[in-house]
Amino acid sequence: MTAHEPDSRPLLLGGPALGLRLIVLALMSAGLMVADHRQHSTARVRDWASAAVYPIQWAVQAPVQAWDAMRESFATRARIEADNVRLASDNLVLRLKLMRFESLEQENQRLRSARESTARVVERTLIAEIVRVDLDAFRQRVLVNKGTRDGVFRGQAALDANGIYGQVTRAGPVSAEIILITDSEHAIPVQVNRTGARTVAYGMGRSGLLSLPYLPQNSDVVAGDLLVSSGLGGVYPPGYPVGKVTNVLRDPGQPLLAVEAVPLAALDRDPEVLLAWFDNAVVEPGSGAEPEAPPVPAPQRVGR
Amino acid sequence: MARPRSSLGWGRIVTVTLAALVLSVLPLPGWLEPLRPDFVALTVLWFTLLSPRLTGLFYAWGAGLALDAFKGVLLGQHALALVVIAYVASKLRLQVRAFPPLQQTAVILALLWLNEFLVFWIDGVAGHEVTDWRRWLSVPVGAACWPLVTGLFARVVARR
Repeated sequence: MTAHEPDSRPLLLGGPALGLRLIVLALMSAGLMVADHRQHSTARVRDWASAAVYPIQWAVQAPVQAWDAMRESFATRARIEADNVRLASDNLVLRLKLMRFESLEQENQRLRSARESTARVVERTLIAEIVRVDLDAFRQRVLVNKGTRDGVFRGQAALDANGIYGQVTRAGPVSAEIILITDSEHAIPVQVNRTGARTVAYGMGRSGLLSLPYLPQNSDVVAGDLLVSSGLGGVYPPGYPVGKVTNVLRDPGQPLLAVEAVPLAALDRDPEVLLAWFDNAVVEPGSGAEPEAPPVPAPQRVGR
Repeated sequence: MARPRSSLGWGRIVTVTLAALVLSVLPLPGWLEPLRPDFVALTVLWFTLLSPRLTGLFYAWGAGLALDAFKGVLLGQHALALVVIAYVASKLRLQVRAFPPLQQTAVILALLWLNEFLVFWIDGVAGHEVTDWRRWLSVPVGAACWPLVTGLFARVVARR
Protein backbone atom coordinates (compact mmCIF):
# COMPACT_ATOMS: atom_id res chain seq x y z
CA MET A 1 0.00 0.00 0.00
CA THR A 2 2.38 2.65 1.11
CA ALA A 3 6.11 2.67 1.14
CA HIS A 4 7.94 3.34 4.35
CA GLU A 5 11.53 4.15 4.95
CA PRO A 6 13.55 1.89 7.19
CA ASP A 7 12.98 2.73 10.77
CA SER A 8 14.68 1.57 13.91
CA ARG A 9 11.60 1.90 16.07
CA PRO A 10 9.74 -1.30 16.99
CA LEU A 11 7.40 -2.64 14.34
CA LEU A 12 4.79 -3.70 16.85
CA LEU A 13 3.19 -0.67 18.37
CA GLY A 14 1.07 -1.04 21.39
CA GLY A 15 1.64 -2.70 24.70
CA PRO A 16 1.04 -0.97 27.97
CA ALA A 17 2.16 2.42 26.65
CA LEU A 18 -0.67 2.52 24.12
CA GLY A 19 -3.30 1.52 26.67
CA LEU A 20 -1.97 4.08 29.10
CA ARG A 21 -2.12 6.79 26.48
CA LEU A 22 -5.70 5.82 25.67
CA ILE A 23 -6.71 6.10 29.31
CA VAL A 24 -4.95 9.44 29.79
CA LEU A 25 -6.45 10.94 26.64
CA ALA A 26 -9.91 9.56 27.38
CA LEU A 27 -9.80 11.05 30.86
CA MET A 28 -8.63 14.36 29.46
CA SER A 29 -11.50 14.35 26.95
CA ALA A 30 -14.00 13.48 29.65
CA GLY A 31 -12.68 16.27 31.86
CA LEU A 32 -12.89 18.78 29.02
CA MET A 33 -16.42 17.71 28.17
CA VAL A 34 -17.65 18.01 31.74
CA ALA A 35 -16.04 21.43 32.13
CA ASP A 36 -17.34 22.60 28.76
CA HIS A 37 -20.82 21.29 29.45
CA ARG A 38 -21.00 23.25 32.68
CA GLN A 39 -19.90 26.30 30.73
CA HIS A 40 -17.53 27.94 33.12
CA SER A 41 -14.03 26.75 33.71
CA THR A 42 -13.17 26.08 30.08
CA ALA A 43 -14.92 29.17 28.80
CA ARG A 44 -11.50 30.67 28.09
CA VAL A 45 -10.34 27.56 26.22
CA ARG A 46 -13.54 27.56 24.21
CA ASP A 47 -13.13 31.26 23.38
CA TRP A 48 -9.59 30.67 22.32
CA ALA A 49 -10.55 27.66 20.19
CA SER A 50 -13.43 29.43 18.49
CA ALA A 51 -11.24 32.43 17.71
CA ALA A 52 -8.52 30.14 16.35
CA VAL A 53 -10.79 28.26 13.95
CA TYR A 54 -12.86 31.25 12.88
CA PRO A 55 -10.47 32.43 10.12
CA ILE A 56 -10.57 28.96 8.59
CA GLN A 57 -14.32 28.71 8.89
CA TRP A 58 -14.56 32.08 7.21
CA ALA A 59 -12.14 31.04 4.47
CA VAL A 60 -14.17 27.88 3.75
CA GLN A 61 -17.21 29.86 2.72
CA ALA A 62 -15.36 32.79 1.15
CA PRO A 63 -15.46 31.29 -2.38
CA VAL A 64 -19.20 30.67 -2.07
CA GLN A 65 -19.69 34.23 -0.93
CA ALA A 66 -17.43 35.58 -3.67
CA TRP A 67 -19.43 33.65 -6.27
CA ASP A 68 -22.66 35.17 -4.97
CA ALA A 69 -21.14 38.63 -4.95
CA MET A 70 -19.96 38.15 -8.53
CA ARG A 71 -23.37 36.98 -9.68
CA GLU A 72 -24.86 39.97 -7.96
CA SER A 73 -22.55 42.40 -9.72
CA PHE A 74 -23.44 40.88 -13.08
CA ALA A 75 -27.15 41.12 -12.37
CA THR A 76 -29.06 42.43 -15.32
CA ARG A 77 -30.18 46.01 -15.49
CA ALA A 78 -33.79 44.87 -15.91
CA ARG A 79 -33.70 42.94 -12.67
CA ILE A 80 -32.19 45.82 -10.78
CA GLU A 81 -34.83 48.15 -12.16
CA ALA A 82 -37.57 45.75 -11.18
CA ASP A 83 -36.05 45.45 -7.71
CA ASN A 84 -35.92 49.19 -7.48
CA VAL A 85 -39.60 49.60 -8.34
CA ARG A 86 -40.52 46.92 -5.83
CA LEU A 87 -38.40 48.45 -3.09
CA ALA A 88 -39.80 51.92 -3.75
CA SER A 89 -43.35 50.65 -3.43
CA ASP A 90 -42.41 48.63 -0.34
CA ASN A 91 -40.93 51.78 1.11
CA LEU A 92 -44.14 53.71 0.49
CA VAL A 93 -46.23 51.06 2.20
CA LEU A 94 -43.85 50.94 5.15
CA ARG A 95 -43.85 54.71 5.50
CA LEU A 96 -47.63 54.69 5.60
CA LYS A 97 -47.53 52.02 8.29
CA LEU A 98 -44.92 53.97 10.18
CA MET A 99 -47.12 57.05 10.33
CA ARG A 100 -49.76 55.07 12.13
CA PHE A 101 -47.13 53.24 14.15
CA GLU A 102 -45.76 56.42 15.67
CA SER A 103 -49.07 57.51 17.05
CA LEU A 104 -49.72 53.98 18.27
CA GLU A 105 -46.38 53.90 19.99
CA GLN A 106 -47.13 57.15 21.76
CA GLU A 107 -50.45 55.82 22.87
CA ASN A 108 -48.88 52.56 23.98
CA GLN A 109 -46.31 54.39 26.06
CA ARG A 110 -49.00 56.50 27.69
CA LEU A 111 -51.00 53.43 28.57
CA ARG A 112 -47.93 51.63 29.84
CA SER A 113 -46.91 54.54 32.02
CA ALA A 114 -50.44 54.55 33.40
CA ARG A 115 -49.92 50.87 34.28
CA GLU A 116 -46.41 51.65 35.54
CA SER A 117 -44.80 49.05 33.32
CA THR A 118 -41.88 49.65 31.04
CA ALA A 119 -42.17 49.06 27.34
CA ARG A 120 -39.80 46.38 26.20
CA VAL A 121 -38.92 47.29 22.68
CA VAL A 122 -35.72 46.71 20.80
CA GLU A 123 -33.45 49.67 21.42
CA ARG A 124 -30.41 48.80 19.45
CA THR A 125 -29.57 46.27 16.78
CA LEU A 126 -26.40 45.03 15.21
CA ILE A 127 -26.22 43.42 11.79
CA ALA A 128 -24.30 40.15 11.84
CA GLU A 129 -23.40 38.28 8.69
CA ILE A 130 -23.98 34.55 8.60
CA VAL A 131 -20.84 32.56 7.96
CA ARG A 132 -21.98 29.81 5.63
CA VAL A 133 -20.51 26.69 7.11
CA ASP A 134 -22.47 23.56 7.97
CA LEU A 135 -21.99 23.14 11.69
CA ASP A 136 -24.19 20.08 12.00
CA ALA A 137 -26.63 18.55 9.55
CA PHE A 138 -29.09 17.70 12.30
CA ARG A 139 -29.04 20.90 14.27
CA GLN A 140 -30.36 24.23 13.10
CA ARG A 141 -27.44 26.38 14.12
CA VAL A 142 -25.52 29.06 12.30
CA LEU A 143 -22.29 30.90 12.85
CA VAL A 144 -22.22 34.70 12.62
CA ASN A 145 -19.32 37.09 12.30
CA LYS A 146 -19.93 39.09 15.49
CA GLY A 147 -18.79 38.12 18.97
CA THR A 148 -18.27 39.40 22.48
CA ARG A 149 -15.94 42.02 21.04
CA ASP A 150 -19.05 43.66 19.56
CA GLY A 151 -21.04 43.20 22.75
CA VAL A 152 -22.82 40.01 21.73
CA PHE A 153 -23.83 37.89 24.70
CA ARG A 154 -25.20 34.43 25.35
CA GLY A 155 -28.98 34.39 25.24
CA GLN A 156 -29.24 37.40 22.96
CA ALA A 157 -32.21 37.48 20.58
CA ALA A 158 -31.59 37.44 16.83
CA LEU A 159 -34.19 38.72 14.35
CA ASP A 160 -34.51 39.19 10.65
CA ALA A 161 -36.73 41.49 8.61
CA ASN A 162 -39.72 39.18 8.92
CA GLY A 163 -39.57 37.90 12.45
CA ILE A 164 -37.66 36.18 15.19
CA TYR A 165 -34.71 34.13 14.03
CA GLY A 166 -33.16 32.55 17.11
CA GLN A 167 -30.88 33.22 20.03
CA VAL A 168 -27.16 33.22 20.68
CA THR A 169 -26.03 29.98 22.30
CA ARG A 170 -22.34 30.64 22.36
CA ALA A 171 -20.51 33.91 22.03
CA GLY A 172 -16.83 33.72 21.18
CA PRO A 173 -14.58 36.76 20.87
CA VAL A 174 -15.08 37.21 17.10
CA SER A 175 -17.90 34.85 16.25
CA ALA A 176 -21.09 33.57 17.79
CA GLU A 177 -23.34 30.59 17.33
CA ILE A 178 -27.07 31.13 16.92
CA ILE A 179 -29.65 28.43 17.51
CA LEU A 180 -32.61 28.85 15.16
CA ILE A 181 -36.17 28.73 16.47
CA THR A 182 -36.69 25.56 14.42
CA ASP A 183 -33.92 23.59 16.17
CA SER A 184 -35.42 20.61 17.95
CA GLU A 185 -33.81 21.77 21.20
CA HIS A 186 -35.33 25.21 21.03
CA ALA A 187 -38.54 26.50 22.52
CA ILE A 188 -39.93 30.02 22.34
CA PRO A 189 -42.78 31.43 24.42
CA VAL A 190 -45.40 32.75 22.02
CA GLN A 191 -48.82 34.29 21.98
CA VAL A 192 -51.57 33.78 19.42
CA ASN A 193 -51.95 37.33 18.15
CA ARG A 194 -55.70 37.08 17.50
CA THR A 195 -56.71 35.72 20.90
CA GLY A 196 -53.78 36.47 23.15
CA ALA A 197 -53.50 32.82 24.19
CA ARG A 198 -50.00 32.04 25.46
CA THR A 199 -48.12 28.88 24.71
CA VAL A 200 -44.71 27.58 23.76
CA ALA A 201 -43.51 26.83 20.22
CA TYR A 202 -40.95 24.07 19.85
CA GLY A 203 -38.65 23.65 16.87
CA MET A 204 -39.12 20.52 14.78
CA GLY A 205 -35.60 20.11 13.44
CA ARG A 206 -34.87 19.50 9.79
CA SER A 207 -38.44 19.98 8.62
CA GLY A 208 -38.08 23.68 9.42
CA LEU A 209 -41.44 23.90 11.20
CA LEU A 210 -42.61 24.81 14.67
CA SER A 211 -44.88 22.72 16.84
CA LEU A 212 -47.24 23.98 19.54
CA PRO A 213 -47.94 20.92 21.66
CA TYR A 214 -49.56 22.52 24.73
CA LEU A 215 -52.82 23.97 23.41
CA PRO A 216 -55.92 22.31 24.89
CA GLN A 217 -58.68 20.95 22.63
CA ASN A 218 -60.99 23.87 23.33
CA SER A 219 -58.49 26.60 22.49
CA ASP A 220 -59.28 28.96 19.67
CA VAL A 221 -56.56 28.47 17.08
CA VAL A 222 -57.10 28.28 13.34
CA ALA A 223 -54.74 27.96 10.42
CA GLY A 224 -53.45 31.38 9.42
CA ASP A 225 -53.18 32.74 12.97
CA LEU A 226 -50.12 34.85 13.58
CA LEU A 227 -47.86 33.87 16.47
CA VAL A 228 -45.93 36.63 18.18
CA SER A 229 -43.34 36.40 20.91
CA SER A 230 -44.86 36.82 24.33
CA GLY A 231 -41.68 38.06 25.93
CA LEU A 232 -41.93 35.67 28.85
CA GLY A 233 -38.59 34.33 29.88
CA GLY A 234 -36.89 37.57 28.96
CA VAL A 235 -34.86 36.27 26.02
CA TYR A 236 -37.03 37.60 23.22
CA PRO A 237 -38.62 41.03 23.04
CA PRO A 238 -42.43 40.76 23.19
CA GLY A 239 -44.68 41.35 20.22
CA TYR A 240 -42.40 40.31 17.39
CA PRO A 241 -43.75 37.91 14.76
CA VAL A 242 -42.58 34.31 15.13
CA GLY A 243 -44.69 32.21 12.77
CA LYS A 244 -47.98 31.50 11.12
CA VAL A 245 -50.16 28.53 12.06
CA THR A 246 -50.45 26.20 9.09
CA ASN A 247 -52.15 23.14 10.44
CA VAL A 248 -54.42 22.43 13.41
CA LEU A 249 -55.18 18.78 14.04
CA ARG A 250 -58.13 18.25 16.36
CA ASP A 251 -58.12 14.63 17.44
CA PRO A 252 -60.93 14.15 19.97
CA GLY A 253 -59.06 11.23 21.50
CA GLN A 254 -56.21 13.47 22.55
CA PRO A 255 -56.30 16.00 25.37
CA LEU A 256 -54.22 18.49 23.41
CA LEU A 257 -54.23 19.88 19.90
CA ALA A 258 -51.46 19.14 17.42
CA VAL A 259 -50.63 22.53 15.94
CA GLU A 260 -47.96 23.23 13.38
CA ALA A 261 -46.63 26.61 12.37
CA VAL A 262 -44.19 27.84 9.79
CA PRO A 263 -41.62 30.40 10.94
CA LEU A 264 -41.86 33.82 9.33
CA ALA A 265 -38.14 34.57 9.39
CA ALA A 266 -36.37 33.38 6.24
CA LEU A 267 -34.31 30.94 8.29
CA ASP A 268 -32.50 29.19 5.46
CA ARG A 269 -32.09 32.11 3.10
CA ASP A 270 -30.94 35.03 5.22
CA PRO A 271 -27.46 36.33 4.46
CA GLU A 272 -27.53 38.34 7.69
CA VAL A 273 -29.43 38.66 10.94
CA LEU A 274 -30.06 41.43 13.44
CA LEU A 275 -28.86 40.96 16.98
CA ALA A 276 -31.12 42.87 19.32
CA TRP A 277 -30.63 44.71 22.58
CA PHE A 278 -33.73 45.56 24.52
CA ASP A 279 -34.63 46.47 28.04
CA ASN A 280 -35.59 43.17 29.57
CA ALA A 281 -35.44 44.31 33.17
CA VAL A 282 -39.15 43.66 33.65
CA VAL A 283 -40.10 40.05 34.02
CA GLU A 284 -43.83 39.61 34.02
CA PRO A 285 -45.25 37.94 37.11
CA GLY A 286 -45.95 34.26 36.76
CA SER A 287 -43.40 33.68 34.07
CA GLY A 288 -41.94 30.99 36.29
CA ALA A 289 -39.03 28.91 35.13
CA GLU A 290 -37.15 29.81 32.01
CA PRO A 291 -38.94 27.96 29.21
CA GLU A 292 -36.07 28.38 26.80
CA ALA A 293 -33.88 25.49 25.89
CA PRO A 294 -30.94 25.33 26.24
CA PRO A 295 -31.15 26.91 29.69
CA VAL A 296 -29.85 30.42 29.53
CA PRO A 297 -28.77 32.37 32.58
CA ALA A 298 -30.68 35.57 33.17
CA PRO A 299 -29.47 37.55 30.17
CA GLN A 300 -27.76 40.73 31.09
CA ARG A 301 -27.18 43.83 29.11
CA VAL A 302 -23.70 44.11 27.77
CA GLY A 303 -21.94 47.38 27.08
CA ARG A 304 -23.62 49.54 24.52
CA MET B 1 20.01 12.42 8.11
CA ALA B 2 16.51 13.35 9.05
CA ARG B 3 14.67 11.17 11.47
CA PRO B 4 11.94 9.00 9.98
CA ARG B 5 9.18 10.92 11.73
CA SER B 6 10.14 14.16 10.16
CA SER B 7 10.99 12.83 6.72
CA LEU B 8 7.35 12.51 5.71
CA GLY B 9 6.74 15.90 7.13
CA TRP B 10 4.38 17.27 9.70
CA GLY B 11 3.51 19.91 7.15
CA ARG B 12 1.81 17.33 4.98
CA ILE B 13 -0.02 15.75 7.91
CA VAL B 14 -1.32 19.11 9.06
CA THR B 15 -2.38 20.01 5.52
CA VAL B 16 -4.28 16.77 5.04
CA THR B 17 -5.95 17.12 8.44
CA LEU B 18 -6.93 20.70 7.71
CA ALA B 19 -8.39 19.62 4.39
CA ALA B 20 -10.45 16.96 6.18
CA LEU B 21 -11.64 19.55 8.71
CA VAL B 22 -12.61 21.97 5.97
CA LEU B 23 -14.50 19.22 4.12
CA SER B 24 -16.44 18.46 7.29
CA VAL B 25 -17.91 21.98 7.49
CA LEU B 26 -18.01 22.87 3.78
CA PRO B 27 -21.50 24.13 2.93
CA LEU B 28 -23.45 21.47 1.02
CA PRO B 29 -26.96 21.48 -0.40
CA GLY B 30 -29.46 20.38 2.24
CA TRP B 31 -30.25 16.90 0.91
CA LEU B 32 -26.56 16.03 0.67
CA GLU B 33 -25.72 17.08 4.23
CA PRO B 34 -26.66 13.83 6.03
CA LEU B 35 -24.57 11.89 3.50
CA ARG B 36 -21.36 13.72 4.36
CA PRO B 37 -18.83 11.12 5.54
CA ASP B 38 -16.76 11.85 8.63
CA PHE B 39 -13.63 12.94 6.79
CA VAL B 40 -11.61 13.48 9.94
CA ALA B 41 -12.33 9.95 11.19
CA LEU B 42 -11.29 8.55 7.80
CA THR B 43 -8.04 10.53 7.91
CA VAL B 44 -7.27 9.39 11.44
CA LEU B 45 -8.01 5.78 10.49
CA TRP B 46 -5.79 5.97 7.44
CA PHE B 47 -2.86 7.34 9.40
CA THR B 48 -3.35 4.83 12.19
CA LEU B 49 -3.83 1.75 10.02
CA LEU B 50 -1.55 2.34 7.10
CA SER B 51 0.96 4.87 8.30
CA PRO B 52 1.13 4.48 12.06
CA ARG B 53 4.67 5.76 12.27
CA LEU B 54 3.48 9.21 11.36
CA THR B 55 0.92 9.74 14.02
CA GLY B 56 -0.32 8.32 17.26
CA LEU B 57 -3.17 8.64 19.65
CA PHE B 58 -2.19 12.21 20.41
CA TYR B 59 -2.70 13.08 16.78
CA ALA B 60 -6.17 11.50 16.84
CA TRP B 61 -6.97 13.48 19.97
CA GLY B 62 -5.75 16.76 18.50
CA ALA B 63 -7.69 16.21 15.28
CA GLY B 64 -10.80 15.43 17.33
CA LEU B 65 -10.42 18.61 19.39
CA ALA B 66 -10.00 20.63 16.21
CA LEU B 67 -13.18 19.06 14.83
CA ASP B 68 -15.03 19.92 18.03
CA ALA B 69 -13.89 23.52 17.75
CA PHE B 70 -14.86 23.63 14.06
CA LYS B 71 -18.33 22.29 14.59
CA GLY B 72 -18.89 24.12 17.84
CA VAL B 73 -19.95 20.98 19.70
CA LEU B 74 -18.97 19.84 23.18
CA LEU B 75 -15.19 20.21 23.43
CA GLY B 76 -13.68 16.72 23.72
CA GLN B 77 -16.56 14.81 22.17
CA HIS B 78 -15.05 13.87 18.82
CA ALA B 79 -11.63 13.81 20.50
CA LEU B 80 -12.70 10.94 22.75
CA ALA B 81 -14.41 9.02 19.93
CA LEU B 82 -11.40 9.37 17.64
CA VAL B 83 -8.92 8.35 20.33
CA VAL B 84 -10.93 5.20 20.99
CA ILE B 85 -11.16 4.19 17.32
CA ALA B 86 -7.48 5.05 16.80
CA TYR B 87 -6.65 2.76 19.73
CA VAL B 88 -8.72 -0.11 18.33
CA ALA B 89 -7.26 0.50 14.88
CA SER B 90 -3.67 0.39 16.12
CA LYS B 91 -4.43 -2.85 17.96
CA LEU B 92 -5.86 -4.40 14.78
CA ARG B 93 -3.36 -2.74 12.49
CA LEU B 94 -1.28 -5.74 11.43
CA GLN B 95 -4.28 -7.94 10.66
CA VAL B 96 -6.18 -5.23 8.85
CA ARG B 97 -3.26 -4.32 6.62
CA ALA B 98 -3.16 -7.88 5.35
CA PHE B 99 -6.88 -7.96 4.61
CA PRO B 100 -8.21 -7.78 1.05
CA PRO B 101 -9.84 -4.43 0.29
CA LEU B 102 -13.42 -5.56 0.85
CA GLN B 103 -12.68 -7.02 4.26
CA GLN B 104 -10.69 -3.90 5.15
CA THR B 105 -13.71 -1.79 4.25
CA ALA B 106 -15.83 -3.92 6.57
CA VAL B 107 -13.45 -3.18 9.45
CA ILE B 108 -13.59 0.52 8.58
CA LEU B 109 -17.38 0.33 8.59
CA ALA B 110 -17.30 -1.10 12.10
CA LEU B 111 -14.82 1.51 13.33
CA LEU B 112 -16.76 4.40 11.78
CA TRP B 113 -19.89 3.03 13.39
CA LEU B 114 -18.11 2.90 16.75
CA ASN B 115 -17.02 6.51 16.25
CA GLU B 116 -20.54 7.66 15.38
CA PHE B 117 -21.97 5.65 18.26
CA LEU B 118 -19.61 7.26 20.77
CA VAL B 119 -20.51 10.73 19.49
CA PHE B 120 -24.21 9.80 19.66
CA TRP B 121 -23.77 8.46 23.17
CA ILE B 122 -21.96 11.55 24.43
CA ASP B 123 -24.66 13.72 22.82
CA GLY B 124 -27.23 11.73 24.75
CA VAL B 125 -25.38 12.03 28.06
CA ALA B 126 -25.01 15.78 27.53
CA GLY B 127 -28.73 16.01 26.76
CA HIS B 128 -28.48 17.02 23.10
CA GLU B 129 -29.31 13.72 21.46
CA VAL B 130 -30.08 13.68 17.74
CA THR B 131 -32.34 10.68 17.17
CA ASP B 132 -32.80 11.25 13.44
CA TRP B 133 -32.00 7.92 11.74
CA ARG B 134 -30.22 9.74 8.93
CA ARG B 135 -27.28 10.50 11.22
CA TRP B 136 -26.15 6.90 10.69
CA LEU B 137 -25.99 7.36 6.92
CA SER B 138 -22.54 8.91 7.20
CA VAL B 139 -21.16 5.55 8.38
CA PRO B 140 -21.79 3.44 5.22
CA VAL B 141 -20.96 6.46 3.03
CA GLY B 142 -17.65 6.84 4.88
CA ALA B 143 -16.86 3.15 4.50
CA ALA B 144 -17.69 3.36 0.79
CA CYS B 145 -15.18 6.21 0.53
CA TRP B 146 -12.42 4.12 2.12
CA PRO B 147 -10.94 2.63 -1.10
CA LEU B 148 -10.90 6.15 -2.51
CA VAL B 149 -9.16 7.49 0.58
CA THR B 150 -6.46 4.81 0.55
CA GLY B 151 -5.81 5.36 -3.16
CA LEU B 152 -5.66 9.11 -2.81
CA PHE B 153 -3.61 9.22 0.37
CA ALA B 154 -1.10 6.70 -0.88
CA ARG B 155 -0.43 9.05 -3.78
CA VAL B 156 -0.63 12.38 -2.04
CA VAL B 157 0.53 11.87 1.52
CA ALA B 158 3.02 9.03 1.49
CA ARG B 159 4.81 10.05 -1.69
CA ARG B 160 8.33 11.16 -1.16
